[in-house]
Amino acid sequence: MTRRSLKERLAILSDAAKYDASCASSGTSRRDSTRGGLGSTEGSGICHAYAPDGRCISLLKILLTNFCIFDCAYCINRSSSNVERARFTPEEVVWLTLEFYRRNYIEGLFLSSGIVRSSDHTMEQMVRVARELRLTHRFNGYIHLKTIPDAASALIAEAGLYADRLSINVELPTDAGVAALAPEKRPAGIRRAMADVRLSIEEAGEPTLRTRTRRRFAPAGQSTQMIIGADNASDATILGSSARLYGSYGLKRVYYSAFSPIPDASSRLPPVKPPLMREHRLYQADWLYRFYGFAIGEVTAQRPDGMLDLDLDPKLAWALAHRDRFPVDVNRAAREMLLRVPGFGVRTVDALLIARRQKRLRLDDLARLRVPLRKARPFIVMEGWTPRRLADRADLRALFLPEPQQLVLL
Amino acid sequence: MERVELEGRGDLREWREAARRLLLAGVPPHRVDWSTEPAAPGLFPEEPRPAAAPTAERSAPPTVPARFMEMAEAVICHRDPARFALLYRLLVRLQTERELLAVAPDPDVAAACQLEKAVRRDCHKMTAFVRFHEIGPQEISPRRRFIAWFEPDHHIVVRIAPFFARRFADMDWLILTPKGTAAFCDGTLHTSTEPAEKPALEDPTDALWLTYYASIFNPARLKIEAMRAEMPKKYWKNLPEAALIPELIAGAGGRVAAMAEASDQPAPLFHERLQARQAAPEPGPEVPATLDTLRKQAAGCTRCPLHCQATQTVFGEGPERAPLMVVGEQPGDREDLAGRPFVGPAGQLFDENLQAAGIERARTYVTNAVKHFKNEPRGKRRIHRTPNAGEIRQCRWWLGRELDLVRPKVVVAMGASALFALTDEKPRLADLRGQVLPLGTDRHLLVTVHPAYLLRLPDAGRQAEETRRFRQDLTLAHDWLKKNDE
Repeated sequence: MTRRSLKERLAILSDAAKYDASCASSGTSRRDSTRGGLGSTEGSGICHAYAPDGRCISLLKILLTNFCIFDCAYCINRSSSNVERARFTPEEVVWLTLEFYRRNYIEGLFLSSGIVRSSDHTMEQMVRVARELRLTHRFNGYIHLKTIPDAASALIAEAGLYADRLSINVELPTDAGVAALAPEKRPAGIRRAMADVRLSIEEAGEPTLRTRTRRRFAPAGQSTQMIIGADNASDATILGSSARLYGSYGLKRVYYSAFSPIPDASSRLPPVKPPLMREHRLYQADWLYRFYGFAIGEVTAQRPDGMLDLDLDPKLAWALAHRDRFPVDVNRAAREMLLRVPGFGVRTVDALLIARRQKRLRLDDLARLRVPLRKARPFIVMEGWTPRRLADRADLRALFLPEPQQLVLL
Repeated sequence: MERVELEGRGDLREWREAARRLLLAGVPPHRVDWSTEPAAPGLFPEEPRPAAAPTAERSAPPTVPARFMEMAEAVICHRDPARFALLYRLLVRLQTERELLAVAPDPDVAAACQLEKAVRRDCHKMTAFVRFHEIGPQEISPRRRFIAWFEPDHHIVVRIAPFFARRFADMDWLILTPKGTAAFCDGTLHTSTEPAEKPALEDPTDALWLTYYASIFNPARLKIEAMRAEMPKKYWKNLPEAALIPELIAGAGGRVAAMAEASDQPAPLFHERLQARQAAPEPGPEVPATLDTLRKQAAGCTRCPLHCQATQTVFGEGPERAPLMVVGEQPGDREDLAGRPFVGPAGQLFDENLQAAGIERARTYVTNAVKHFKNEPRGKRRIHRTPNAGEIRQCRWWLGRELDLVRPKVVVAMGASALFALTDEKPRLADLRGQVLPLGTDRHLLVTVHPAYLLRLPDAGRQAEETRRFRQDLTLAHDWLKKNDE
């Protein structure tokens, strides 16, 4: 067999990596190369391109190899798949990262891998890439490393020195789901890996006795991903798992990835269209939990089956189910309640809280802050505005529903 | 009408000098005509420029909040011809309305914020969409050389050039735009606001980038609007990868259909070999003979559903044979993460008092009634929840084996859960506390409170008193052992 060209392998190993939704390059320590080396990270991440799937391309997201000894039903790289296999050498990944970075295609590298030989061998190869980039080439850009389940803790410790972010995917919202679809993966081992990373991050955050400078360990924290729609877990179950993960391991993000058809799919999974709207609603609910003071139970209580309403965003759905809590007086209400008004974001609320110390706020003030009035109006009282009959209308929900769509023939 | 002519290429200084002069002269905003075009000569007779009012000369120089300058630095880069007047209007109003900028919905403030946001976005998109193309090195310098062409909406080249200097410090580069250029050569940045011409651009590495772009795209989740919201079409002509977009969109449907067709083929040969290797059964001892094997077995315990919400089994810790065994309730947050009992805040308090009572932890076997952390997420934390009788009964199997193997003479039950685990009874803790009682035929029991209870006491005096009693209980166990060990 002739060896494939770098370009052919790049095609295979980026195709194999695209089902991981994570793309963040933000929130790490500030660095630049004014004192040597290449690259910088300045707080906010940069998306260098967008693909027609609407996803941003911020990092060179590739696998070291797509050979894998695991047989996870949802994965394009599972051992029973006939997908073409390839591998990069660590040096090739280093070269690609640096050359792509110099042309400003990317913010850095997101390296993952299929599991070959053993967890330790695979992790060792990945750490080598990061070490080369940081130490030999003085690369200051962003590095995200996937940690391989059950890899030795010394390897994870070294990975944390070079990587901005570490992640390990829980894959499915329940242990039962993992047992059914990813028989070789052990949820307990994945949780233990996340616990170790959290402890290491916290330990590095404490100033040492001798110096005030803090050691560096994955300054952009850790994240994980769940596949949505491959098993029958409800949104309430999914979000409950997320809450547990946020609370237990201090995760920066839980990514939701709508299960999407893969080449040579397993018959254990239905070839469905990826549930993109469901994925979107889960992200909205996740935000409500983390930044808007909602409990998971509040967000998921609107329907008996524990699923989020696909037609309405979860905050609007909650507000419609809790009409007795509205209208809210924008000039007097507490921050917690303003955050629950449909159409009000965190920034809007903070701007309103400052502005209302100077003047009584009116509806046209909201318009100038670009608040979607149609959504907010029935739920608020302001100088010169009360929703009156609008708030009591029995068909209020219908006003917000999307236009009915004509069915299309298959 | 006062006419002010500015270059208007994003330089705040020229506006600031003019605005300061006008403000000192007391010129109201509606009397100023800001322009970037030279005045048509001779159409109107030139008005004499008013000398600065003598009263203004004597008054203190105008001041503005720092936030205004930050905003003005950005707004001045906007291409909107109204930006100069807007900033001057804000400047004049700020002299009497000092808190004006806090009123975000004010029409002038809102308008300025919109311009500021547009400039920031333009800067951000420039950091994202500039594409460097390599040109051959010069013979005199070993530094690699790159060139880029970009078309910003606003006058941002000078503002954003330092970003590229911080990032691409080890190479020489040149960014050309219709609104100015930035050149970085041997570590020095030069900028200019003179318009430049588009250069010839070619780089063989683009082919690899296009391969990556095409392969990372998932045809099953076409979301063209989402792409265009973040990467508007106006940028496409200068992005090499954007040339692929039409064919990627056109081919998506066919690729998804082909995937559905080709599912469920027979697995490759190496899959069978792997499966055979992994199917080899692991022989496991039925009755654990040592603490080590017991611990290994417990690591996979699924006797109750608690294992799903905890990180790991936190098994007991201590010597194989110990005269004293201490039983707590369940691991907490720190114990769950570290996989060891009594390492959190309650564990530290426990250690202190154990030591004060003259007991060595290294010679004591420490464990819990329940081996998994029962908890409930609350924001960024986990809140402890008390295990119920069913969970304690399930977990008692492990505690029983621990007792069999460690064979302690005295068992200290800390708290009601531990007491229930050891006796299957729920008496009042206070009734049994502070006395050595028989437990079964050949061991003894001492009941005391859990150290976490001491941490929860809000009153400092009460806490000191209860801690003293807790230590007294531990000392009692220690003394009993000394007396009965001989």
